[in-house]
Amino acid sequence: MPFLALIRRDLAIAFRTGGGGALGVAFFVIAATLVPFGVGPLPELLSRIAPGMLWIAALLSCLLTLDRLFQADVEDGSMDVLALSPVPLELVVLAKCIAHWLTTGLPLLLAAPVMALTLRMPEVSYPAMIASLALGTPALSLIGAIGAALTAGMRRGGVLTAVLVLPLYVPTLILGALAVNASAMDLPAAPYLMLSGAITLAALPLAPFVAAAALRLAIR
Amino acid sequence: MWSFANPNKFMRVSGALLPWIAGIAVLLAVWGLYQAIYVVPPDFKQGDGARIMFVHVPAAAMSIIVYFIMCLCAVFALIWRHPVAYLSAKAAAPIGAAFTLLALVTGAIWGKPMWGAWWVWDARLTSELILFFFYIGYIALWDAFDDTDKAATATSYFCLVGSVFAFLAKYSVDLWDTLHQSSSMTIGTIATEEKLANEFKTPLLIMIAAFYLYFLTLWLIRVRSEIRLRRIQAIRQAAVIE
Repeated sequence: MPFLALIRRDLAIAFRTGGGGALGVAFFVIAATLVPFGVGPLPELLSRIAPGMLWIAALLSCLLTLDRLFQADVEDGSMDVLALSPVPLELVVLAKCIAHWLTTGLPLLLAAPVMALTLRMPEVSYPAMIASLALGTPALSLIGAIGAALTAGMRRGGVLTAVLVLPLYVPTLILGALAVNASAMDLPAAPYLMLSGAITLAALPLAPFVAAAALRLAIR
Repeated sequence: MWSFANPNKFMRVSGALLPWIAGIAVLLAVWGLYQAIYVVPPDFKQGDGARIMFVHVPAAAMSIIVYFIMCLCAVFALIWRHPVAYLSAKAAAPIGAAFTLLALVTGAIWGKPMWGAWWVWDARLTSELILFFFYIGYIALWDAFDDTDKAATATSYFCLVGSVFAFLAKYSVDLWDTLHQSSSMTIGTIATEEKLANEFKTPLLIMIAAFYLYFLTLWLIRVRSEIRLRRIQAIRQAAVIE
């Protein structure tokens, strides 16, 4: 299975050179730690803004790791080989997105409850937070792949990727934070979770095509 | 229609049309603004403050329409790879961004006395702001490439991805019930359903037409200068080769 081999390759690269998802999680933890320094340590205030802050921290940590998604492969020529291989480039992109999510989105699911604890998030909203991150972060990797592919051939694409991708992240962020906030107020979180999942499901078939088309430009 | 894709024919026809379009735009704007400022009675609730509507509504409408025009150009550019198509999309972007900024600024000036705040995080305002970010991203992406063909294709993809948000901006007031009022102007509805009195509607339609033609004027000027720029580059390259 070349598809699984691609995922395994990207995971191996991530674990051997970048410490797996450790750096992304470290960024997430530090970013969430900055919140009490910025707004003050009042428990009521922190527990009110915790869902949104955790989501913003998750989004930023996903954004920061996007530049490694295609850039290194485009620079050292691996992407040319992958594009020439019998596997469609769309599937290559999808494999890279899955590997990216496994190393950035998935570890966040484990780190988020700990940070929620320090931010005094209400206990009732823990399940909704885990569910919203599990449903929403795959969309971040998939949509982010579009921005990463558009800027893959550039020397300084980092800031541009952020400018292109952040507006696209807005619906995911709004729905994810709404789900957690709703559960904190004893309202059903399911509608927001379903919409979050809908974005991920819509991005799953669409984003790889756009990203692959943009990648073909970068290696042309 | 396809014959206009020929840059030479485009330059000839657009050059001939340009003074007429610009002239009609000026006439309509003068007439519409005169109506809006001196003829239309003050609003029942908002007084003279409602007159900003005659700039705000056309600007907001154009901000969305220009994005859709860019998407159309992007589709033409991706399918037929035609220079006039992608240069048109490129030329429209800064104008669209300016209309969006104008809509946001006039909205803020209108919002301060009526809602008591310059800005509210309401669906219409937020989606309009995100649309503005898309214009900025689009312009930045054009500047980031050295190669025009690559830039044209990449920006076309980005433009089509962003169309989702243009739709959101268009329908946000009808989808979510928030502070910003929903669309109060429909063409062809019966009088009882009409939310906007006719004495407001006519000048507003005139202003929208003026904004349209103003956009068309700027757009044609910008596309023409982009085409000329490409010609200069081609001549320079030829000179270098010789």
